[in-house]
Formats: sequence, C-alpha cells, structure tokens
Amino acid sequence: MVFDFFFFERLWTITRRGYVVLVLFFLIVPIIAVVPLSFNAEPFFTYPMPGLSLQWYTELFSSDSWQRAIRVSFTVGLAVTVLATFLGTFAALGLTMVNFRLKALVIGLLVSPIMVPHLITGVGMFFLYAWAGVIYTIWGLILAHTVLALPFVILTVTATLANFNVNLIRAGANLGANPMRVFFRIILPLILPGVLAGAVLAFVASFDELIIAILISGADYKTIPRQMWSGVREEFSPVITAAATVLIGFSILVMGCAEALRRRITRLRGARQF
Amino acid sequence: MNDAIAQGGPTGFETTYLKRQLKRVEREKKLVAFGLMLPALLYMVANFVVPVGVILFKSVDDRGVSTVLHRTSAAIADWAGGELPDESVYAALVADLKKSEPARTTHIAAKRLNSAKTGYQALLKQTARRVSKMDAIAPGAAKETLLGIDKRWADSAYWATIKRTANPVTPVYLLSAVDLTLNEGGDIVRSPEYMRVYNKVWVRTFWMSTIITLLCLAMGYPVAYEMAHARPRVANVMIVLVLVPFWTSLLVRTTAWVVLLQNEGVLNDFGLWAGWWAERVQLIHNRFGVYVAMSHILLPFMVLPLYAIMRRIPPDYMRAAKSLGANPLAAFLKVYVPLTRHGVGAGALFVFILAAGFYVTPELVGGSRDQMISYFIAFYADETLNWGAAAALSALLLLLTAAMFFLMNVLFGINKMKMQ
Repeated sequence: MVFDFFFFERLWTITRRGYVVLVLFFLIVPIIAVVPLSFNAEPFFTYPMPGLSLQWYTELFSSDSWQRAIRVSFTVGLAVTVLATFLGTFAALGLTMVNFRLKALVIGLLVSPIMVPHLITGVGMFFLYAWAGVIYTIWGLILAHTVLALPFVILTVTATLANFNVNLIRAGANLGANPMRVFFRIILPLILPGVLAGAVLAFVASFDELIIAILISGADYKTIPRQMWSGVREEFSPVITAAATVLIGFSILVMGCAEALRRRITRLRGARQF
Repeated sequence: MNDAIAQGGPTGFETTYLKRQLKRVEREKKLVAFGLMLPALLYMVANFVVPVGVILFKSVDDRGVSTVLHRTSAAIADWAGGELPDESVYAALVADLKKSEPARTTHIAAKRLNSAKTGYQALLKQTARRVSKMDAIAPGAAKETLLGIDKRWADSAYWATIKRTANPVTPVYLLSAVDLTLNEGGDIVRSPEYMRVYNKVWVRTFWMSTIITLLCLAMGYPVAYEMAHARPRVANVMIVLVLVPFWTSLLVRTTAWVVLLQNEGVLNDFGLWAGWWAERVQLIHNRFGVYVAMSHILLPFMVLPLYAIMRRIPPDYMRAAKSLGANPLAAFLKVYVPLTRHGVGAGALFVFILAAGFYVTPELVGGSRDQMISYFIAFYADETLNWGAAAALSALLLLLTAAMFFLMNVLFGINKMKMQ
C-alpha cells in the first residue's frame, strides 16, 4: 500500500500548511482590516464602506488634544532615546570589558524591567515620583520611560560587542591612539549599527508605552497612547482608527529600520567567520 | 638567575615587575569598566529598584496610627487587654490629640482606625476637636475627661483597636490580598464573605494565563516549525507576517480587536453574511474576546524563540531517527520535540508572565468577570488611592512572576537558551 502512505503523507502536509496559513492570517488580518476603515466616509466600523474620505485624518491632525499628544510623545521619545542610548552603550561596553563574580546579577538587574509587569513598576514610580515632585510632569515621563528603554539598548549593543575583535583596540593603542581616539575612531564606527538599532528600540519602547503613562502623565502631558486610551474608553470615534493606522505605518517604518540594522550586524558577524 | 640571563629569558626582577605592571593594567581596566557601568546601574537603582522596593515596603507599611498617636501607641503596648487601660494611656491619647489637631494629622489615624472598626473616624475626630479646645487637663483627670466626651472610651474594644493598629508593620494588606484577615484577637482568619474577591481573581489570572499560553503554543509551534524548515523566500514572508504584529503597539492591536469584534463590527457582519450565525452574537466584553485578543498579541513571543531554536536543529537528527526505523511521528515526538524544549520553555515563560500582568487588553475587550489581578491593582492605585491594597497585590503578582521564572528555569533550562 505504498500509494496510500504517500497519499496520507501529502494530505497531512496540506493540512499542516493550511493550519499554518490560517494562523498567519489570524496574525496579520486584524492589523490590515483596520486600515481601510479609517478612510470610511461614515462613522461605522464595518464593510462595505459607503464612501471614502479623509475627514478622520483631518480631525486627528487638527484637534488640539491630539496635536499636544503628538508633541509630548515625540519630545519624551527623543529625550528617552538620547538618555537610554548613552547610559546603555557605556554600560554594555563596561560589561563586555570585564568578568566579575556578580556580573550575572548586574545584567539581570539592568534588563529586569522587561520582565516585571509594567503596572507594578508604574505604581512604584508613582510613589517615588510623587515624593520627588516630578509626577504629572514631562520629566517624570522621561525618567520612567528610560527605565523601560535601557534594557533594549544594553541587549542590542552587548550582542553587537560579542563579535567585536578586541585586537583592534590593542592595534589602535599600539599605533599611538589615546583611549578617546580609540573609542571614536575604532569602537564606535564598528558598533554603530548596534547602537542605532538600540536607539530605535529605545524610542519605540517609550513611544508605545501606555500603562506607566496612565499612572504618571497626568492631564497635561498625555502621550499618544494615553490619548488613544481615553478615546477608546470614552467615545469610540473613527479618529481612533485613523490614529491606529498612522501608528501602524510608523511602527512598520521604524521597526523595519531596526530590523535592517540588526541584519546588517548579523551579516557582519557572518562575514567575519570566514 | 645567571642561567636565565645566559639563556636570554627574563630575570626574576623583570618577572615580578612585569607581573606588577600587568596587575596594574588589569586593575585600571576594571576601574574603567565599572566607571562605564556605574551611571546605568545608579539610574536603574534609583528609578527601578527603589520604586519596586517602595511597593514591597508599602505592602506592609502601617504607620498611620503609630506616628500620629505615638505616645498612645507606646503607652498601650503594656496593656494586656480585658479591663480598661489605666490613666497613663488616657493621658497619652489626650496629649497626642492636643498635638495632632493643630497639625491637622488626626484624620490619618482616624481613617486607619475606622478601617479596623467602623465608627472610629467620627469618634476620634470629635474627641480631638473637644480635647483641643480644653485647657490643660489636670494630672489624673484624663480618663474622666475622655469618658465625659464619649462613652465609647469606656469600651475596651476601642482600645484594643488602637493596640492592634499601633504596630508600624502590618500583615493585613498582604493577608487581605488572599482573602484573609486578622480578627480582634489577632489570629489569622478568613475574610468576611462579602470581602472574599481576590482568591477567585488569582485563580482566574492563573487559569487565563495558562489557557493563553496553551493557545499560543498550539498556534505557534506549527508556525515556527514551517518557518524554520521552509525555503528561504517563503520563510522570509512568514517572518514578516509574524514581525509586523510584533512591532505594532499593544494598544493599537487591542483597538483593532475592539473594532473587529464589536456587535456592529466586521467579524459579526461577516459571520452573518457567511451564515455562521443567524443573528448577531456577543464577541466582545466576554472571555472569548479576551482569549482572542491576548493570544493574538502574545503569539509572536511564542513563535520567535521557537523559531530561533528550530532553525539550529540539524536535519540529520530526524533522518538518523527515521533510518533507524522510527516512524515519522515517533521521530518527531522522541527526537524533534525534546530538542525544542528550551524554546518551548522560553516562549511559554514570556507568554505566561506577560499574560499574568496584562491590564490594557482585558480592560478594553473583557467584561467585568474577565478582569485579572492587574485590573484591581490599577483600580486601587488610579481610582480609589488605596495604596496598601495596590502595593500588596503588586507584591504578590511580583512573587508569582518570580516563581514562574524559577519554575520554568528548573523545568526547561531557559538560561541555556541565548536569545539572539
């Protein structure tokens, strides 16, 4: 019964692949389905759409509260990117340079904000920042988001440094360059893709963050996710779908850059093995 | 030593000198390295370790009575209960209230006492007002004065309440987070029926996270498998389909599900059109909605570590198993699946821990019976400002997260898996 065996095997392969296609469909369709609805002429959330219009986008970009939120989100995001990239890159350099007994603990501490539920971190920050007087200010948001962004920079730069050829530093020093010159002329250009990828991830970590913003941003410094959150909870208008569409496009653009940088790092690593 | 010179090797002096030089350079290197790490470490300690520490502290902190009524708290420590406390305790309370009333701190103690015994808030505030208006009370007359203000000061139960709340550290918040409480005698007992809410919510949190983890595993494992063994071009397309949702923010994806699952939404209309259901069905604000949205959001956290592991499994192993006579199913179960153990562990850990801490998605697509523990933390922290309760629930959730981490590590050895 050789024929039967192959028949069942093929049937099994088709079933398996069909299942996988369904799961991938489940993953991507919700994101795609929202996009056209944001161009709906009527405030409904279903197909077929009676007509097309850009009115929700006009409303999004002309409303005061959304404009404010966009400004706050970018200001906080850029400040967080700079702060986290500096702190994280130096920490990653230090961690790669030496081995010591408590290294695992230090790394664990530096990356643990990823694993601890953000709500818990946020409640703790609420207490601390209320006491320090930075609650409901833009400074509090920057301080808090940097905590969440820092692990991404450290992980990315550490991964890049793992393939760094230490002899290059020795060669530079041997040829008479001082440590600063070695850093700027040798180390930084080589790890730059990793640093940039880390910076992008840091920006996104802040830009997409919602829970801590709910707790500590207050009424004056609502970020985009915070503004969207109020919108979804209070009055669900198609402006939300327009905002969602803009954010989907933005994340694909930004994260695509980060992924391209990451692949560049992997390629460099691959090339060095030959 | 002369031999060494004759052979052109280093002298003893030179060896120690070089060793010392090396040590000095190593030390300098270490200093530089720590100098580079220090800013990030200090930053994390100040903005992450301290806040989490504050939560742990707040979950047992009970300084309301002991700071405002500190003389009374000290004096009542010697009181054994039963009969009324002696004059010195009454005098201490009078002295405390005379201080707290102008400082406007009476309400802190009153609120705390009221949460232990109803009616205490009015009693203490009224007493404080009356006492603060009196001139100095003659020594020995404090008891008489207080009894004159309110008869309840002759009830030893009210004094027992002060004694019970006078301790600056309390297990009460942590106990009530698992539906336990202290009775008048200080023993641990179950909370009154109407206050037993959390155990149900803990079980629900654990149960929903488990279901979501299993759903993600059931959907993620085959996808990762096909991705790891597909032709490069197909695999690339599949990776993009997994990464795009992964990159899109959690709120945007939750919003998308709110749009799709609505009663007048896309899925409901599609189901009607396709004949799946005859009239509109409830797809949102129930458990179904939460499972759909959360497994959608967490699926990439399962697929990506599995894919990373599966890609590195050499096909030779499966071929060897088959050539040794295993049928495809046995080869898969006995050779392939055990090799993916670390990936399954890492994926399940991510999904479970993230799911257990979820707040936004259940809040937006779930009903009141689908809320997990985070909902109550947010409720106490953001709306009722009950810090003790919020902190105690957070502390227990943190413990649950840590416990899961260690359990998964023992079962699957996550540490052995490098995330790259």
